[in-house]
Amino acid sequence: MKPAAFEYHAPTTVDEAVALLAEHAPNDGRILAGGQSLVPTMAFRLARPTHLIDINNVGELGKISIEGETLRIGATVRHAQFHTPVCDGVLGQLLTDVVAHIAHYPIRQRGTFCGSVAHSDPASEWCMVSATLDATMVAQSSSGERLIPAAEFFETVMTTTLNEDELLREVRIPVLSDDTVYGFEEFNRRAGDFAISMTLVTYRLEGGKIADPHIGVGGAEDRPRRISEAEAVLTGQTPSDEIFRAAADAAAAAIDPMEDHATNAQYRRDLTATLVRRALEKAAL
Amino acid sequence: MSERKDIALTINGADYEVSVDPRWTLADVIRDHCGQTGTHLGCEHGICGACTVLVDDVPMRSCLMFGVQADGKKIRTVEGLADGEEYHPLQKAFMENHALQCGYCTPGFLMLATGILEAEPDISDEDLNDVLSSNLCRCTGYANIVKAVRAARDEMKAAG
Repeated sequence: MKPAAFEYHAPTTVDEAVALLAEHAPNDGRILAGGQSLVPTMAFRLARPTHLIDINNVGELGKISIEGETLRIGATVRHAQFHTPVCDGVLGQLLTDVVAHIAHYPIRQRGTFCGSVAHSDPASEWCMVSATLDATMVAQSSSGERLIPAAEFFETVMTTTLNEDELLREVRIPVLSDDTVYGFEEFNRRAGDFAISMTLVTYRLEGGKIADPHIGVGGAEDRPRRISEAEAVLTGQTPSDEIFRAAADAAAAAIDPMEDHATNAQYRRDLTATLVRRALEKAAL
Repeated sequence: MSERKDIALTINGADYEVSVDPRWTLADVIRDHCGQTGTHLGCEHGICGACTVLVDDVPMRSCLMFGVQADGKKIRTVEGLADGEEYHPLQKAFMENHALQCGYCTPGFLMLATGILEAEPDISDEDLNDVLSSNLCRCTGYANIVKAVRAARDEMKAAG
């Protein structure tokens, strides 16, 4: 199928973009970034926006930078920019490891980090990374800027707390210290397909004990989030197979898995336990 | 109908000026309004990769971009691969390795492979497998496509 008709706008500044969004959002006007999720949805006529505000010509949104201890990712930064580390240290390498799991090479050339976060598919790798690493979302509207912590951003399937007149202008991720270790694991049935479950874990060691553990799960529930029950199992413990298994089991018990025609809740729970355990083992290597 | 926009783009070096309806995909513009029908449309929602073209030398799904977004862009399609009567090394390798049967997916695979081999002439077999997993072929079972692209990579490297 072909997309339904819409009016096209191509602003060149953020001010112009959010003014257009404020004007057209009440009539289902939307932002068009990479379009790798929105355009298929339009082709199926599941979405029929009346106005598209294309931000690809807004030069200032294509920036990626480190400011202080924070990585700032602008709204039109493409997935492919993470194929090589965007910054020194653990965070740059982590993002490069994760990006290989996002769709396929040509999609990664066009799709954007922030677009993926705003679209908020439960199986989105960047959404899970944002939730696990406590990213901050910068929402811009014609009336100003609002900072939204990741824990308050993802609501449910393809639903966020972004208001309809707000552009996700930037995602900010805290830089990881050099002693942070991490493990990422994802399971799907075909290369590049949607995750049935995935996890990102990070922690540091202080005097041989686990400190500041983050365990994020995506693809299994209706939104990605940190699993505090599993993190609590790890805090202050010495890394071991036993403690990793206990944390993995706690994560599996804490989630409320989605079900579909091919995957029941128990399967996703078991899978999540396995992935969290493997990710912790990988982090400890 | 929404308001038409006038765009200018090049396809394989030739200039085109088109008055586009914003809802037309880049693939529609290339095929229906510039007459370059070598680019094929399979699924029209970004899964199959048959419509892959090079946009400013980068492989992209032309069904997932609107034509209006290609204003000022340099597009390359399968029609631009051969140099006169001389086939591109990838085209030759596809023939020699039986990398196509019905040929529907072939333009997409050729442009995907052209883009990656230009960007990464030394790409490893493993990374090439990953890139080639982007597109679907229902005839060949992929083994011969992989073989052909590896052969073209080696030949293009040898030829410098």
